[in-house]
Amino acid sequence: MTPLAFTLVVLGISYAAGLLGSLVGVGGGIIVVPALTLLMGVSIQKAIAASIISVIATSSGAAASYMNERITNMRLGMVLEVATVAGALTGAYLAVVVSGRWLYITFAIVLAYTVWTMLKPKVARIDPAPDALADRLKLHGTFFDKALGRQVDYQVSRTKLGFAVSYVAGVASGLLGIGGGVLKVPVMNLAMGLPLKVCTATSNFMIGVTAATSAAVYLMRGEVLPFVAAPVAVGVLLGARTGARIMGHLHTSVIRIIFVAVLAVSAAQMLLKGLK
Amino acid sequence: MNAPREPKESSTADTISRVLWVGVTASLILITGGTLLSFLQEGGYGGQPGEVVRLTGAAGAFPRTLSWFMGGLAHLNGQAVIVLGLLLLIATPVARVAVSAVAFAKERDRTYVTITLVVLALLLVSFALGKAG
Repeated sequence: MTPLAFTLVVLGISYAAGLLGSLVGVGGGIIVVPALTLLMGVSIQKAIAASIISVIATSSGAAASYMNERITNMRLGMVLEVATVAGALTGAYLAVVVSGRWLYITFAIVLAYTVWTMLKPKVARIDPAPDALADRLKLHGTFFDKALGRQVDYQVSRTKLGFAVSYVAGVASGLLGIGGGVLKVPVMNLAMGLPLKVCTATSNFMIGVTAATSAAVYLMRGEVLPFVAAPVAVGVLLGARTGARIMGHLHTSVIRIIFVAVLAVSAAQMLLKGLK
Repeated sequence: MNAPREPKESSTADTISRVLWVGVTASLILITGGTLLSFLQEGGYGGQPGEVVRLTGAAGAFPRTLSWFMGGLAHLNGQAVIVLGLLLLIATPVARVAVSAVAFAKERDRTYVTITLVVLALLLVSFALGKAG
């Protein structure tokens, strides 16, 4: 394969990853890393470094439009990103210590977890509880729900739990080159009591800074290859933008099934590579 | 209990939205332009199939010295332009945090100024530690 062919194939794969990911509400990183390692023969460390760069681009792009629509809970984002950023630093450092074999295995576990969250029946919300910390930090919010056509007020509960989970999501992001929304959003929605749209927007808001932290570590360490990272960043971002544009016009159920199948196969392949 | 949305906060949201949009767009232009240059330049990506192995291996990592980077930019070296785009992309969320720190300082919200400064400090540490690690 010539460098030109490699660039074009990686661009195509990343575009598809960004497109599919945005249609089903998952970042592109979770597909890009398996694709680069399993299909293109890139080492897992370099694939993770390229992916984390693309995560900054897509989440910042999406965050810009969520901010415009006033859905993001900025205060909550600021508080929780202390945890995600600290986690990302931890994760980016763990990545040096952890061997490639364990990166494959951990990645396979996160993929399997993602498949499970997409398949499982709806989990009931935990009842809101009074949260003095949320009161003191003025975290409760309001947003205009377009689907309902009215302003929705909400109370935030269990800020400490959210903080702990955000740290774990940050570690996963720094270690594996993913956004970590898969870990945060369910907890923000079900335990902290935020409407789903607010969770997605706020999680996205945090992911940019989180990914920038670990990307800085990877870049300064020389793990980011311009040759690989460039087409990945451009492809995933363009794919995600297309996805956001066509989202309303598609039935996503078929896409979801395809996506779950791709993730399940990737999880198995990554596990096999780790165990070999 | 729900704080009414002050006009100040919403103008901060607009500024942040604009910072993010401009940062991402400009960095992607640099990354794309740098890639095109790398294909055209002597000593860039080349056209041989064996090149991919070199470019995806350790040799493909950009030399990390500041002098290589500055010299590369002066000569419009494709990979140096890509690295500039990558740095700008990483700096975009950092700028976002800085903008919010300033906005909270204007509102004299001490708690949130502290919170945003902690995030900013962690981000700067990541650059320093990455270099050391």
